Order: sequence, then C-alpha cells, then structure tokens
Amino acid sequence: MTFSPQLEARFEKLLRSYPPGRQRAALVPMLLYAQDEVGAVTPEVVEEIGRRLGVSTLEIEEVISYYSMLRRTPAGKHHIQICTNISCMLLGAEELWEHACRRLGIGHREVTPDGQFSLEEVECIGACSWAPALLVNYDYHHHMTPEKLDRLIESLRKPQ
Amino acid sequence: MADRVKLQIDGKTVEAPAGALLINVARQAGIDIPAFCYYDGLALQAACRMCLVEVEKAPKLLAACTLPVTDGMVVRTETAQVREARKAMLEFLLTNHPLDCPVCDKGGECELQDAVFRYGAGESRFTEEKLHVPEAQWSPVVYYDAPRCILCYRCVRICDEGLGVRALGVVNRGATTEIAPNRGDHLECDECGMCIDICPVGALTSGIYRYKTRPWEMKHVGTICTHCGDGCKTTLGVYGGQIIRGNNRDRSGINDEFLCIKGRYAFDFVHHPDRLRTPLVRRNGQLVETSWAEALDLVARKFSEVKARGRKFGVIGSNRTTNEENYVLQTFVRQGLGTNNLDHHRTGDVVSLVAALAGRQGALAASADLYQRKAALIVAADLAQQHPLLAFLLRANWRHHQARVYVVTPGPVREDSYAVRSVRAPSGEELAAVESLRDALAAEPELVILFGDSVKGERVRRLVEFGDSLGISVQYVCLLDYSNSRGAADMGVLPDLLPGYAPVEASGAPPGLTLPEMLDAPDLDVLWVIGANPLARRALTSKEAFVVVQDLFLTETAARADVILPAASAYEKTGTVTNTCGEVQRLRKAVEIPGTKSDLEIFGLLARRMGLPFGPWRPEEVWEEIRANVSGYNVPSALLAAGGAFPTFPASGLHSVRPKPELIRSAGDTLFTSGTLGRYCKTLSSVREAPGTLYRS
Repeated sequence: MTFSPQLEARFEKLLRSYPPGRQRAALVPMLLYAQDEVGAVTPEVVEEIGRRLGVSTLEIEEVISYYSMLRRTPAGKHHIQICTNISCMLLGAEELWEHACRRLGIGHREVTPDGQFSLEEVECIGACSWAPALLVNYDYHHHMTPEKLDRLIESLRKPQ
Repeated sequence: MADRVKLQIDGKTVEAPAGALLINVARQAGIDIPAFCYYDGLALQAACRMCLVEVEKAPKLLAACTLPVTDGMVVRTETAQVREARKAMLEFLLTNHPLDCPVCDKGGECELQDAVFRYGAGESRFTEEKLHVPEAQWSPVVYYDAPRCILCYRCVRICDEGLGVRALGVVNRGATTEIAPNRGDHLECDECGMCIDICPVGALTSGIYRYKTRPWEMKHVGTICTHCGDGCKTTLGVYGGQIIRGNNRDRSGINDEFLCIKGRYAFDFVHHPDRLRTPLVRRNGQLVETSWAEALDLVARKFSEVKARGRKFGVIGSNRTTNEENYVLQTFVRQGLGTNNLDHHRTGDVVSLVAALAGRQGALAASADLYQRKAALIVAADLAQQHPLLAFLLRANWRHHQARVYVVTPGPVREDSYAVRSVRAPSGEELAAVESLRDALAAEPELVILFGDSVKGERVRRLVEFGDSLGISVQYVCLLDYSNSRGAADMGVLPDLLPGYAPVEASGAPPGLTLPEMLDAPDLDVLWVIGANPLARRALTSKEAFVVVQDLFLTETAARADVILPAASAYEKTGTVTNTCGEVQRLRKAVEIPGTKSDLEIFGLLARRMGLPFGPWRPEEVWEEIRANVSGYNVPSALLAAGGAFPTFPASGLHSVRPKPELIRSAGDTLFTSGTLGRYCKTLSSVREAPGTLYRS
C-alpha cells in the first residue's frame, strides 16, 4: 500500500533517528502515524509496516493488542478521550463521561453513525492539574464540565 | 579466587563461579527453588515471582532467577516470609486457572499442581468469576487452552530462541493476555511440540496424546528415534500395548529434551492398519497369507538351492535395522550364502570420510561438539530440515557461546539468519565456495565441518585436505539420513568392506555387486531385501529373481516379493544403533506387534532351517561380538545399557577406497518426511507444512 508523501517523509526521518539495525524500534510511532492518516491500523497497514521493518505480523499483533491507542477500526473524525483516573474522577469525570455517552448516544470505543464522533474512556493523560480533562484527537481541553462539553461538541459539529 | 565466590544458602556453605545465577547455584547444591518462567538455557524473564528468596541485607525478597551470586551472600529459600510470598503468587495464578486437574493431560506431572501442593494455596480470596476462553486447536498436534496458561512465556522463548521459528507470541495485556500463533488462528512452524513439553501446566497440549490416559498409567521406555540419523533419545509412553506419547522430559539423551515432530509424534506407524502381521507368499501370481513356518521353509529351501547351484544372490540391507542385525546379516550373507553381493542405500559418503581420516583419532565430531566447538561449517545440507538435532545444538552454541557458523548450500537455510557468512553454491560445486572462505576459517581456533551427500568420493578427500591445510583442529560429520545409516556402513553391509571398514580382499574374496548392479543383473536368482525399498527408485531387471522381503509394510519392493516376512520395527526390539556422528546408543523394546518378528530372529530361524553353523542370536551376545571384532566399537557395555551414547571411531587401515559417488544419494527428507516409513506416519502428513521443501527457508 502507499502513504502520502508527507507521511513518507515523516517515516524517512523517523527511521533515520534510530541507529542502523535498530529500525524496528520505529514500529510504534509508525503504526500511530499510519493510523492518523488511514484512520485505523488495517491489515494492509500491518503488512506494509511489517515488510518495511522486517517484523512479523505476529509481532505487530502483539504491539497492537497491547496498546489501546492503536485501533483496528476507524475512530470518529473527532475522537473524544475522557480521563477517568483519580484526579479527574474526584473532580467529576464520571458525570462528564456519562453525560458524553448520553449526549452522543454511544459508549466506550464506539462511533456515532455519521462518523463524526467517537468516545473512549482513557487512563491518565497527564493533565491532573487541570482536571477533569479530555482530549479531542491530540488537543487538550481542561476543567471540563457537562456544559463546556456540550459547547465543545457543538463547535466541533460546525463545518470548519 | 576472584572468579569463585562463597555463599550460604539455607545454612549450607556453597562455592560457585562469580556471576552464576542463584537459582542454579542452589539447585546444584540440592536446594530446589521453584520457578515457572525461569528455564535453563533460555533468556531470563523474571515474570512469575515464584523464585523469590530472602537475601540478608536486601530490603525485600529477590528473584533468584536473575540474581548473580556474590561473595558472602546469605540466602534463605524457605522462610515463613518466602513461603507466604509464594503462596500469594500461587493464589494469583489460580485466579483464572481452572481447577480441571482431574481431566487435564498435565495432571500428575504439572509444575503448578506441584507448587500448590508444596505451598498450599488451597483457598482463594477471589470471589470474581473466572475468565473463560474456549480452547483452540492450532495444528493437528498443538492445542491451546488459554485459561490454564500462567504466562511464563517458556513456549514463546523455546520457539524463538531454541528453534529460531518464532511461531508464538503474546497478545493483549493484563488478565486477558494470551499466547497466540503466528498465522492468526493456526500455526505454521516446525510442529516440533517443544512448546507443549516445556509448558509447566496443561495450557499447551498434544493433539496426539490429549485425553488418552493419565501420566502415571503409562510405562515409559527410553529408546532411540528411528527416523533421521541424529539419534535422539525419545521416551515412549506405552499404555495398553500402544505407544501413545513420545518426549524426553528426563533429558536423558544426547538431545537433552529436544525432539522434532518425528521423534515426538511419528511413532504412529507402529500401529498403522496397513502393518504386515502375517507372512505372505506368492501363489499363482497372488500374495496370500501363510504361516511363519511355511514361509521360512520356502525361503530356506530356495536359498539352499541357489547356493548349492552356485547362482547369484543379491542382498540389500537396511538403514534402520540394528547394528546387531546388520552384523549378523553380513555374517549370514558372506559365510552362509557365500557371496559379497551385499549393499544398502548409502545416504552419505562415510566410507570416503573414514578412508580420508585413516589413522587419526578424534577427527569425527560427536554431537556434543556441535554445542561446544567455537566454529562450524555446514556444507550442502539444510540442517534445520534434515538434521533437526544438530541444527538445534548448533543454534544453542551460537546463542550461548557465540559460535561462528559458516554456510555453503545450494539455497537459503535457517542457519543463514545467524551465520557469519552464507555462500550459495550449486550442488556438487560447494568446494570452490568453501575455498573462498579459507581466510575466515583459518582464523578460527577450531572447526567442525558437516557435509551432505553431494560431497562424496574424491570431494570428501579434497574437503579433508582443505581442513588439514587450515592449520587448526578440524572435526567432521558426514551427514547420513537414517537412524542407523552409519551402523549399516560400520557393520559392513557393503559389497567391498567388512565390519570396521576392512577390505573384503582380506578374506580372499572379490568385492560383490553394488545395489544398482544387483538390480540391473539379468541373471540374479535371489534378491533378499531387509528393511529397504530399492524398487521404489529402480526397476529389478531379472524377471526370474526370487524376491524375499523383510519389512513392516507392503512397499513397492514388497509388492514384487515372492515371500514377505513381517518385521518388527526399531520400537519393538532391543539392540544398538549408531547415529550420523558415530555415537552408538541402545534401543529398548517398547511394544510388541503380534505376528511380527525382529530381523535378528528371522535370520536365526533361516540359519537353522538352512543348517548353517551359526545362530540363533541374542542381541546382547551379538553386541559383545561387535565390541570384540568391529574397529571402534569397544565401548563400555554397562554404560551403554544405562542409556549412554558413545562415540565410535573406526580406526581403519583403509587408505584407498574405490569411490563410488554414483551410489551416494540422500533421500532429501524434510522435517515432515522419513523415507518410505514416513508414508505410514499419519501425523507427519497431517500437518499443513507437510511435505515441506529443502532450501526454502
């Protein structure tokens, strides 16, 4: 399979950053970047990256099944990841999570029928000081409340 | 004393090399520290936490499997704290482990069961329901029951490190972690079953053995695998007169616990429905059943008649019968029938090697040398396919001692992955490629050269000359196909050589016909074939020849026979066999198949009927005769009887041979074929990798 020239350039830079013979160390970032572009770690992605790094399908399976951030099916366009670890939980993350589920009509690791949103309950995202916190794709949103979440979802719905 | 340290384990003062792992030092001192993930010879894992011990001055318990011993260390392995820690670990391991021990294959020889018995984690504080996952069949021989798995990763490591196959991995995380096969829902691998044997619990079970019996119900018979020439000890589990299991968990042979699919599973030919159990004679063109007495009378009468008329015999011996049978056969043929027309299918040119090394000692490598020598050169063989044990030992040597391996083969082989140099050379042209490695090889401190069937005749002498010219210590292995190919040559099942490679001219008679010469002779009167299938490859020219076949099955050769005598296989008799490295080992009888007789017994019955001045023979007596008469075989009988393996070195005075390279040809068996016998091993053909190909790594 082929990737965009931008992604190819990124891969090339990535592979250069490891010592010769240690290129398999690039496996996790390559899977993540490919997932960002393709939408998911598809069997084609596995095969292509395995071929490039000389890593077997089974070894890539081991990695994908271990890391929850790697997905086999596409997430929504806006992937909302709500932290429910201790700091966030103490400051209302569970209410936030339940609100999000009701509002979007989906649960953990599910996608709205229009493909716009997906939801995931995640472990600590390192934003305890600004709890409760969530991520939309790679962007942080701090001190969240159900109201702020509604406004966020509305703004994401609008065509950019 | 810098490299030795003194420490105390459970009050016992122990001396050990500095840097040795505490778990091994303790075990050597007779103190057993339990462990699931730690496995001698494999990479350290430190995952199971069963080997935690108290070490003085350490703030908490330490894992003995990763702890190098130091001078003055004081260790306690069975304190209340240690026992409590182990008990707690076991309680964790049992959270999802089903308590189906009463029906589990492993029950009775399960390491988890033993540990729980020892530390008594009989009660669990967990009230959660156990996770259940249905068991999966990964191949005809490998089943996986995930809930039983305690995630020690021994199977993953033996497959990756030991075999170099990497067919197993670990997927998911936490409580849902599982072992996974390399092809999604099934395995594509060597099907060796090492993962099953090494499993401390019943998570990986054998498709051949599962739910057949309880381990303590079996009789365990340690004998030598009858398939390839490597001579692995396989311990056969016998229940109700049937062989139902093969393994070598007691690590008793030259193979330690290694076995390939053949040694572990390919015993099923013994009970194959096509097995011949009654003598057959040809009447009006048809093979019909008859009694042993009638069949033997007919053969003896024919043999005596042809002998009296001074007509032509041709006798073809076996690559799988015992040394004792081969020795008696050549006696019978030379002295009883008065001919040297005796040969066998030669799968490698060991004769030329013996001639080229004449007068030297220690120039043949033993199997242990493959694990110990600093460097090895493989010429013209797909070792992982054709000689799985030798490949395993060499790979272990590379893993443990960084042995330097060189490869010269016609196509890719598994050894390429770790070889320092791999050179491709067409079959028959390997020596030029070997020459190109001269400088690298000469820089090695020592070398073992293993060579396959395309190095034959004159080329063997040139290879030895090359070895001599390197100026280092060089040992050789002439690779031969079957369990007693080497023994057939050593015992003189050859037209021009007596036992111990003594030229037949010494006995005053001219050399006899070779195997193809016998088959091509238009005036052959009797063709007697013992455990071989020459007519599968070459037609018998003489239409009039009276053909007598001793075999297990109705092979192409047996189908042409006038009399077929149903023979016992290697697993049904005692005696000795000699592997491709020249190590002699003892067979032990595991089962008896009613209606069959061992070839040795058949020779005795024929000799008596023919009125010959020898026989009947008992294997033990023939062995003593071999020890006394065959060059290189004077090895200690008592130790051999105890299951040892002894290198034999025929110190032949043979300086010139008539090289007959056209007679040398390996059957080219893969991991999943075994000559004609392999056809009757259902397990071998049942796996999807069968029949496999050489040089396709």
